[in-house]
Amino acid sequence: MSTVSETTHGSAVAMSAAPSPDDGLSAAELARKYGLSVSGARPSLPEYARQLWDRRHFILAFSRAKMTAQYSKAKLGQLWHVATPLLNAMVYLLIFGVLMQQSKGMGMGTYIPFLVTGVFVFTFTQSSALSGVRAIAGNLGLVRALHFPRAALPISFALQQLQQLLFSMCVVFVFLVGFGHMPALSWLMILPVLVLQFVFNTGLSLVLARLGSKTPDLAQLLPFILRTWMYASGVMYNMVEALKKTHAPGWVIDVLGANPAAVYIDLMRYALIDGYGSSHLPPHVWLLAVGWAVLVGLGGFVYFWKAEEQYGRG
Amino acid sequence: MAERNTAPDGARIPTVIADDVHIVYRVYGGNSGRGSATAALNRIVKRAPSAGVREVHAVKGVSFTAYRGQAIGLIGSNGSGKSTLLKAIAGLLPTERGKVYTDGQPSLLGVNAAMMNDLTGERNVILGGLAMGMTREEIRERYQHIVDFSGINEKGDFITLPMRTYSSGMAARLRFSIAAAKKHDVLMIDEALATGDRSFQKRSEARVRELRQEAGTVFLVSHNNRSIRDTCDRVLWLEHGQLLMDGPTDEVVRAYEKETAR
Repeated sequence: MSTVSETTHGSAVAMSAAPSPDDGLSAAELARKYGLSVSGARPSLPEYARQLWDRRHFILAFSRAKMTAQYSKAKLGQLWHVATPLLNAMVYLLIFGVLMQQSKGMGMGTYIPFLVTGVFVFTFTQSSALSGVRAIAGNLGLVRALHFPRAALPISFALQQLQQLLFSMCVVFVFLVGFGHMPALSWLMILPVLVLQFVFNTGLSLVLARLGSKTPDLAQLLPFILRTWMYASGVMYNMVEALKKTHAPGWVIDVLGANPAAVYIDLMRYALIDGYGSSHLPPHVWLLAVGWAVLVGLGGFVYFWKAEEQYGRG
Repeated sequence: MAERNTAPDGARIPTVIADDVHIVYRVYGGNSGRGSATAALNRIVKRAPSAGVREVHAVKGVSFTAYRGQAIGLIGSNGSGKSTLLKAIAGLLPTERGKVYTDGQPSLLGVNAAMMNDLTGERNVILGGLAMGMTREEIRERYQHIVDFSGINEKGDFITLPMRTYSSGMAARLRFSIAAAKKHDVLMIDEALATGDRSFQKRSEARVRELRQEAGTVFLVSHNNRSIRDTCDRVLWLEHGQLLMDGPTDEVVRAYEKETAR
């Protein structure tokens, strides 16, 4: 008996030492004969999209489970999904509405809904980005234990943020009605805007997930980038007016106004707030909204897929 | 059963072929023992290209062929590369050199990673099943079976409680039950049978034998030689990332016991 066997594929183990017609085949030939495939190889893009579609129930269940787990230890439980944005909005109302009385030339009844809408819509993109950058790096255990298209994770996190935004929108509606903006047909416009922003956020989340899996340090840097982005998107003030006052060059106004966060925020305000007319929207706003969603959504998906076999590497 | 495990020409059907597999882990920040901020800054300032990365060669050139209907045990001391090898077979860790060919998608019994302690056992069964790629209908069909098999509800209605209230044994039993509910072409179990009480161990060993009969291949990592003897017919002995021995269970386990007894 040879205790130390230089085992190769052919001489595997003499379980039943019957001669086999496969003796003498190399590993690759043997694999081809029985239709075995290389483990952990990256599927083609259409195949990848199909696999992802097959996992749609998992993606949805995972995002909802994360959502439920978030406040499961709190006494008020799931109520916090609404209470947190409500308290947030109350703080803005207190500071800007009551203490500073600052309506930035819009009238308080317009400014507070303007502010609350801006904050929540930006938070949607912001939290999708933040959870996206940790989607792979923070779930290595899952990535190393189970087989599924890895894009399921960032998409699932973006979906979780969409669910949170839906709760926040309820608060926005309360504020709108409270300030005398009655529900109108134009409110329906938020649906296409939400879909487009969700596609954009998912793409952004996918891009950041790939970057974050290679460079975990990005998670530390991202909050600062996002804060800069927030101020450049006119979340708390009417950006175009403010820039015009400082005599900023026209191209700066155009570029900042065309940035995706500003586009989605402005569209949402336009849909919801009576006193916020189309004059506040940048030119070609719908084209921009669709363009950003398609570009970042599709681009992010392809970019993420390109490194599919490398996620979870030690 | 024998007919299903052989091709028409009488050859055994391979399910997993490992061809000279090498696996290297790259560990960042493993170089300096000092974890202070100044040390980190120092590292960044002095950073030469690709410095600060340590390589761990965990598996060094392992080759074997597993056939349909086999239950294969992996033994070896801690850190010998057993779990790493399983992950590479599952396609979860990329190989540095060499290739792993598999029939279908091998699954690691690692459903625990998808489960959340703050959710009820019930929701975890669904979530874990979906994570393994089962459909909603399949899960609904097998839900009762999973719960019964795990024995979670033997001492009251525990399945509707959050998982964080479970004992480690109960959680491990639920995990195994979920993973074993799916029919796997190639199933890999890492130290799972060691958990749970004796009656659950017996049940899970019976389930492993069943899975084998469903014409799959089962890999089992364990430090419990008896559980290897009870379930496996072939054993691979890994040491320092190399395949030391590959043969029938009795032969290899006896040699391993002789080596470890010294």
